[in-house]
Amino acid sequence: MATEGLQENETLASLKNESESLKNKLEEERAKLHDVELHQVADRVEALGQFVMKTRRTLKGHGNKVLCMDWCKDKRRIVSSSQDGKVIVWDAFTTNKEHAVTMPCTWVMACAYAPSGCAVACGGLDNKCSVYPLTFDKNENMAAKKKSVAMHTNYLSACSFTNSDMQILTASGDGTCALWDVESGQLLQSFHGHAADVLCLDLAPSETGNTFVSGGCDKKAMVWDMRSGQCIQSFETHESDINSVRYYPSGDAFASGSDDASCRLYDLRADREVAIYSKESIIFGASSVDFSLSGRLLFAGYNDYTINVWDVLKGTRVSILFGHENRVSTLRVSPDGTAFCSGSWDHTLRVSAGVLVSVHILKT
Amino acid sequence: MAHDLSDKEIVKMEIEQLKKEVKTERMVVSKTAKEIVEWIEANAAEDPLLKGVPEDKNPFKEKGGCTIT
Repeated sequence: MATEGLQENETLASLKNESESLKNKLEEERAKLHDVELHQVADRVEALGQFVMKTRRTLKGHGNKVLCMDWCKDKRRIVSSSQDGKVIVWDAFTTNKEHAVTMPCTWVMACAYAPSGCAVACGGLDNKCSVYPLTFDKNENMAAKKKSVAMHTNYLSACSFTNSDMQILTASGDGTCALWDVESGQLLQSFHGHAADVLCLDLAPSETGNTFVSGGCDKKAMVWDMRSGQCIQSFETHESDINSVRYYPSGDAFASGSDDASCRLYDLRADREVAIYSKESIIFGASSVDFSLSGRLLFAGYNDYTINVWDVLKGTRVSILFGHENRVSTLRVSPDGTAFCSGSWDHTLRVSAGVLVSVHILKT
Repeated sequence: MAHDLSDKEIVKMEIEQLKKEVKTERMVVSKTAKEIVEWIEANAAEDPLLKGVPEDKNPFKEKGGCTIT
């Protein structure tokens, strides 16, 4: 009936108004404690000199865009996945390929190394996350031991083992995240709250407890309690999709990279955004972010083929790395912090490291 | 799943979440930011990408040629 239709619309509009006024109230509460900026507190900290980043290894072998990569805890092995449907395990020291498996789908958007180093997980357009044990027996077919663990109703965008090989956390285009038992494939917990595709997730450092952060196409970053499934905190300051989220090493903050061409730092105890890393000259989206070991540097890969390195405290850029011939889609610092690996739509992965060069040396 | 929810259901979910978050315990930025700075300073010396690594200790140093002894 016409009148029923009107009531429907009124209710949605009044709900949206309620949501808006709650958001304003939340911002007011947060603003009360916003007494200083991070870079002001960091004023007394010595500025960094210029960094010169150099690519040390180039990993070639994928037949199409590299979409995701992860380091093994042994600090030398890397797993990567590609639009070509392949998942490859590399020895980054020698650049040798140690394992390769072809997935039944193209666009393998997510991959992760198991903490033990004995398995990898991956998935994408197949809407699943599967685990492959890594075998060194040349006669064994890696694909034969495949175990399907997670099932979503849309693409898998991200996956991560928790602190053991027994559980996997997934993020999906279906708008949810989920925690799974690897052995049984059972769904242990699901996380509802995003209003659109979830694109990324990161687990809090183990000392911080059982939380993780996710980012999505709804421009929100959400922090979740893994046991209860509840969202603890959420942040909506980005102006576009959040492609990447990464915890700051102490667990008290996290960084995000977005299609709005900025990266941001969110302080979890102050419950607010405390820094924006952007420049007028950077107009392409940031696809992937990670911190150096101390948290002083933030590495970010962009859709304009570059990697920018930011001084987390001062908010300034300290280095820019060229080299990839297409979008940088994934980036991770190695577990011991000696290097970082970037994957690109140019089909390659590059392992790079930096040297701090003082202005004095540059002048001679 | 977000795609299965109606617009109204999504906004209602948002409202419930916001009501909880308004009550979150927060600390002043001057205190938390100070602790972030302190943590970085305490760990900076052990950060290889920040401090640099001598070439001979760098696991990713350039692959050398052969040495004939």
